Amino acid sequence: MSTLATAAKHIRRSPYQAMAATTTMFVTFLLAGIFFLSAVASAFILQYFESKPQITVFFADKATREDADALAKTLESTGKTSSTKYVSKEDALVIYREQNKSDPLLLEMVTADILPASLEISAKEPKYLADLVPIIKAANGVEEVIYQKDVVDALIAWTNAIRLVGGVLTGLLAFNSILTIMTVVSMKIALKREEIDVLRLVGASRWYIRLPFILEGGLYGIGGALLSWVIITLLVLWARPVLLGFLGMIPPFGSILLSPAATPFILSSLGFLGGLLVTGFFLGSVGSLIALGRYLKF
Amino acid sequence: MIRFDHVSKCFSGHTDALSEITVEIQDGEFVFLIGPSGAGKTTFLRLLIRDILSTGGKIFVDDWNLNTLPAGKVHLLRRFVGTVFQDFKLLTDRTVFENVALGLEILGKGDKEIKDRVLDVLELVGLAGKQQFFPLQLSAGEMQRTGIARAIVGGPKILLADEPTGNLDPETAWEILSILQEVNKMGTTVVMATHNASIVNDLKKRTIALDHGILVSDEKSGRYRAAAKHQKKP
Ligand SMILES: Nc1ncnc2c1ncn2[C@@H]1O[C@H](COP(=O)(O)OP(=O)(O)OP(=O)(O)O)[C@@H](O)[C@H]1O
Ligand SMILES: [Mg+2]
Repeated sequence: MSTLATAAKHIRRSPYQAMAATTTMFVTFLLAGIFFLSAVASAFILQYFESKPQITVFFADKATREDADALAKTLESTGKTSSTKYVSKEDALVIYREQNKSDPLLLEMVTADILPASLEISAKEPKYLADLVPIIKAANGVEEVIYQKDVVDALIAWTNAIRLVGGVLTGLLAFNSILTIMTVVSMKIALKREEIDVLRLVGASRWYIRLPFILEGGLYGIGGALLSWVIITLLVLWARPVLLGFLGMIPPFGSILLSPAATPFILSSLGFLGGLLVTGFFLGSVGSLIALGRYLKF
Repeated sequence: MIRFDHVSKCFSGHTDALSEITVEIQDGEFVFLIGPSGAGKTTFLRLLIRDILSTGGKIFVDDWNLNTLPAGKVHLLRRFVGTVFQDFKLLTDRTVFENVALGLEILGKGDKEIKDRVLDVLELVGLAGKQQFFPLQLSAGEMQRTGIARAIVGGPKILLADEPTGNLDPETAWEILSILQEVNKMGTTVVMATHNASIVNDLKKRTIALDHGILVSDEKSGRYRAAAKHQKKP
């Protein structure tokens, strides 16, 4: 009888223990998977904002186009900017109209007058921002400077929080699933004591005896991982339009979420599944190995 | 070849179960191991399959020094030395065929080879046609035949039998003995611990007698009388 068949038979003979083990693994991977995806997403978002060293300068109403041009010229002369773009009150209105075209009431209320003109400045590298800011603050007609660094700092705080909470919770759940697998496999070892003794007597190698148990633990992990993948994939598909709206402008999300039937989505999904399955098998077999180490000393 | 060189075995907090045993058994021999209850027969046999380690002296089985044999290689020794027990040690949830096939499955043999070999061995021990029976559907004699079949199916060079006839009536005991002799004729060394006086006396094989862990006699054609004063009814 092959090792896999033996492991499958062990599982079939005690469906409730198998369910307990698989469910624990499932919950672990569901949470771990969601936290993992959130951590990856926040890292991408962070990277996107960090790679865009932008400053937006809003001008006071009394400031003129000349003030803005003068500032742009001064900044460009430092050689530390990659682009500057003037957005006039009228341009701002066009953008505003485009963003709110589905809401006539908002369109009615706003005229070009109440929107500020602005200058969008991109630095060549994030570290130049610190040099540019004093120049901007000293310029004529500047009312407010919005600094991308604030956004980045907030994002870093979020990313770290997700990693910490996710890491701790995932660790606890992983520990719990290893304990569950250990308990289930220990019970199996106790039930099969007689058979194990006979196998040893007729000359079965240690790995011949251990392998079905290791495989059994691994299969619980794989089962839980597979289930969690199905649920997470369904969740992502369900939330796809919303996510695309929020994160579509960030390159990896834009291409991955664009279509669930296209290669990028399928590849990342399969990669995620692969990672889950490998981790599941690993966790499950570690649980078995610990049980074997404790109850099958030879 | 089996060689005991001044072998002692002391279980914790106990006087020696075996002390200073020196004995050699050549390939192809048939040897009885006799002695009163507690003499050390089972201990002797358990040492030979490295079920336990000796506390003094050296034990050699073929090329293996059992004192230094690593745990990871004990299974190779067990394939070389088959074992049969008084209580058979059969798996009750498996058929005769499956019980015997165990000894080949662990070697990773193919289904066809397993089937052919198992049926051959069942024929040899007189169980042809009973392969689909479960142990509980068998008589004690048939269970012991199954036990012997399982022990020899992988072709061990040595067969150890610990009171294989202990649970059997005299007639069945003799049937088991003729199977063991058959196995011995095919070249397998047989070492059998027994309390069965008539078998030992009638077969006139080499007989090693133990008493309180000491080797008291080793005769070419032994008599059960050797340990008569402690004799226990079979
Ligand atoms: N695991 C053990 N722990 C402690 N003492 C043991 C153990 N196994 C055996 N002994 C002791 O070793 C001695 C020899 O026992 P052994 O089982 O070898 O005798 P035996 O000749 O097989 O007896 P019997 O004919 O009753 O089967 C006995 O005194 C027994 O109590
Ligand atoms: Mg005994």
